[in-house]
Amino acid sequence: MNKIKKRAYAGTLESSDAFIEIEPIEEDEIRIELQSSVEEMYGDDIRDLIAKVIKEMDISYISVRVQDKGALDYVIKARLQAAILRANDDKKIKWDKL
Amino acid sequence: MKLRRSMLFVPGSNTSMVCNAFVYRPDTVMFDLEDSVAIEEKDSARLMVYHALQHFTYEDIETAVRVNPLHSIYGLLDLEAVIRAGVDIIRLPKTDTVEDVLQMQEVIEKIEFKIGTDKRTKLLAAIESAQGVVNAVDIARCSDRLMGIALGAEDFVRDLHTQRTKAGSELMVARAQILLAARAAKIHAFDSVFSDVRDKEGFVKEANYIKDLGFDGKSLINPNQISVLHKIFAPSGDDVEWALDVIEASDNAKEKGLGVVSIDGKMVDAPVIARAQWTLELAKASGMLGGDE
Repeated sequence: MNKIKKRAYAGTLESSDAFIEIEPIEEDEIRIELQSSVEEMYGDDIRDLIAKVIKEMDISYISVRVQDKGALDYVIKARLQAAILRANDDKKIKWDKL
Repeated sequence: MKLRRSMLFVPGSNTSMVCNAFVYRPDTVMFDLEDSVAIEEKDSARLMVYHALQHFTYEDIETAVRVNPLHSIYGLLDLEAVIRAGVDIIRLPKTDTVEDVLQMQEVIEKIEFKIGTDKRTKLLAAIESAQGVVNAVDIARCSDRLMGIALGAEDFVRDLHTQRTKAGSELMVARAQILLAARAAKIHAFDSVFSDVRDKEGFVKEANYIKDLGFDGKSLINPNQISVLHKIFAPSGDDVEWALDVIEASDNAKEKGLGVVSIDGKMVDAPVIARAQWTLELAKASGMLGGDE
């Protein structure tokens, strides 16, 4: 499992989008803080999705803050992946992990 | 028959538009990664479009992506992403020469080979300069992946040292050249966007004009323009009736072994029959004869 190099973010606070901030932490865990207008119905699903995306990118030691504005699954995925690639200054994208 | 009347531009950085464009049922959704996306959001827009292309909401709608030029640091990354995601058409920005198309084609072939896909990504060349218009005939014929050429009017008028007008006289030569080049190469011809979304009357006038010229369709920037454009491109009831009569007369003539037939005193020969068939296909695709819409 890899640590991200630095704090990064992606997304917007507009409707149908999500704003995602990530930062490295010292503990080997995936810490998720979620604010969502659909928290009650889909909160667990969104958390599962975030954890899955992070694991698929071989990342741990990470804190994720998500402000969800009614984003579809693939939007959350795209925003989180963008934030992780930015945090690592990753120019060589492993498409099979995305 | 695949209709390509409406090609809706969707900025890759506009999440709401990316997620909802399919609802408006344009003939083709054109995700943009080029001019409408700010430099600092090129990476996130690319990822957004990469995932949208694979989402079930875009399964039954033709998709295109306007990528950044290959000479930029984004062009190759864009292609890698969208070809992997299964895009149908790559729109080449600012196509000036045959070499621009061939270079893009070579890169696409390499990516398709690398990822082992059977899908053959098509190309649409956007002509946006005087040089491109002058070379349009050669460009249209240079690749069997090219499904069409399109006029990009905003950059073109700048190159021509003029500006867009409601009358559109500044685009007269470019439109004629692009249309003739496309027809000679038997590919589609697309007109440029009509930028003033508040001017409905102007849009209708321009859409009727380019339809009469012979264009297959038009790039659009506002979903509200889609149904208006589709109505303009639909054949009239009289046209459909005429086409049905022609086909019936032609079938009867064939049965009787006659080469030529006439309707209302007018000779019906092969070009007339072909036009009638095209009208019926358009009517069917427009939902007038139990078709798609």
